Amino acid sequence: MSRPRTWPAHVVLAGGALVMIAPFAWQVVVSLQTLPESLSVPPKFTPSWQWSNFPEIFRTVPLGRQFLNTVVVTAAVTAGQLLLCSLAAFAFARLRFPGRGAVFMLFLAVLMVPGELFLIPRYEIMVGLGWLNTLQALIAPGVFGAFGTFLLRQFFLTLPRELDEAAQLEGANPLQIYWHIMLPLVRPGLLALGMLTVMWSWSSLLWPLVVNTDPEMMTLSAGLASLRGQFQTNFPMLFAGSVVATLPVIVLFVIMQKQLIAGIAFTGSKG
Amino acid sequence: MLSKREWAWGYLLIAPMALGLAVFYLWPILQTLYLSFTESGVFGGYTWVGTANYAGLLGDEDMAGALGNTLLYAVLVLAGVPLSIVVAALLNVPGLRGLSVYRTLYFLPVVTMPAAVGLTWRYLFNGDFGAINHLLGLVGIDGPYWMGDPDVAIYAIAIVGVWSSIGYNAVLFLAGLQGIPRHYYEAASIDGAGRLRQFFRITLPLLTPTTFFVVVITMINALQVFDLVYLMIDTTSPALRGSRTIVYLFFEKAFVHNQRGLAAAIAVLLLGLILVLTAIQFRLQKKWVHYE
Repeated sequence: MSRPRTWPAHVVLAGGALVMIAPFAWQVVVSLQTLPESLSVPPKFTPSWQWSNFPEIFRTVPLGRQFLNTVVVTAAVTAGQLLLCSLAAFAFARLRFPGRGAVFMLFLAVLMVPGELFLIPRYEIMVGLGWLNTLQALIAPGVFGAFGTFLLRQFFLTLPRELDEAAQLEGANPLQIYWHIMLPLVRPGLLALGMLTVMWSWSSLLWPLVVNTDPEMMTLSAGLASLRGQFQTNFPMLFAGSVVATLPVIVLFVIMQKQLIAGIAFTGSKG
Repeated sequence: MLSKREWAWGYLLIAPMALGLAVFYLWPILQTLYLSFTESGVFGGYTWVGTANYAGLLGDEDMAGALGNTLLYAVLVLAGVPLSIVVAALLNVPGLRGLSVYRTLYFLPVVTMPAAVGLTWRYLFNGDFGAINHLLGLVGIDGPYWMGDPDVAIYAIAIVGVWSSIGYNAVLFLAGLQGIPRHYYEAASIDGAGRLRQFFRITLPLLTPTTFFVVVITMINALQVFDLVYLMIDTTSPALRGSRTIVYLFFEKAFVHNQRGLAAAIAVLLLGLILVLTAIQFRLQKKWVHYE
């Protein structure tokens, strides 16, 4: 069989890829322009290397602080998700206890409910705790997730039964089996869930917008959204902030893309 | 081997997650249901008002507008799903090099922050100095004031919605495509079926389970769109009337106007809408989804 021609596919894919990345390229270009350049007609498609936009945006808004907030929240949420979801997923997949099926169905039901239904009561819980404008308000609801439990359960289910039986005979308790035997084997699942959680947590907007209104306690996502009103026409500054906010996830994604995509394809086809 | 100890361990290990889900998910659902039958007072506290919130929403112009805008947005985003199938099919061309590079590029909009993306698109769509109208001008089209025109804004937002979801859906479709056994194509080749014929006769039918999954997920997500509207449209813009979605209205009522009871009713109606439309999808699947 002769090797099929692939160049027509390349032409269409490359054209599409250009549309995919053009907004990012444009964002970087404008972040390095002066204000008048950014508003010129016709648009100016080249940067004039105004690096000062970057220190300037850090001076005018607490961008450094918001960056730190985002890192702390994302790290805490991801660590929490990985630990709690894997514990519960292990129990659902490998241990037998009465009510297991019913409780798991309840978890799945939670998965299907749109997030808006949680928002007002969660906000009132935070008010009650006196947690408005704190990082724990952003972290606490984020560490619990029915989706992560479901995803990891699928991974735990694929492991052979003999593994736990052998360990049990050796006298290991379930926690030891979970930690020493099972967890290393579901590493691909943990990586996929970790990456998805980082992405979601890093970009989430609605909840941070609602609970933390003090600019010092905002995440980058909410911080950028609030710049929208403040700097309605100062696009170079706005985009300097956007570049700072997007770059870390893009770098992480480029490094980890294989795991992330495998995780998504896995949940998709098995979902 | 069912031992008492295994029971105890089971409960112990799910306890942290179950507790968290109870506090941050289950209790809020019940509470929101309750709130939807109340009215929030100026100084806090809630008064029971029965079905007044729902009755009020029935004739409310903003609610009708938000419902229409949300449904239009969902239809537009669903219309973009075939693009993902095309991308996935091209990525699946045998012998294609650079698969992981393309996958990364197409996936970039999925992983990046909607806040940054929304602001960039809003700039691109600007009626005066935006690059999109400039490009349209080059081919002789007079572009509209996308973000200021109530009849146009939702289309601009849907373009961004499609753009940001192509990569995610293409990954799902690609996984589906790779699950189709090669020998179907070999048999079709021997029978003399061309590439295009194979695509319509083999690929599309065998891809319908993935398509069904993608359509359901895309629809559920589209019905909850908020970020893009919030970022791309100013609160004072006349275009808000034509682009305010259900979740946007919910956000306004709950956290701008402090009408929590009313907002809760909007959230419950959204849940109802999602359930009904998803149930319809599951009903319709018998007509077009082929399971092997």
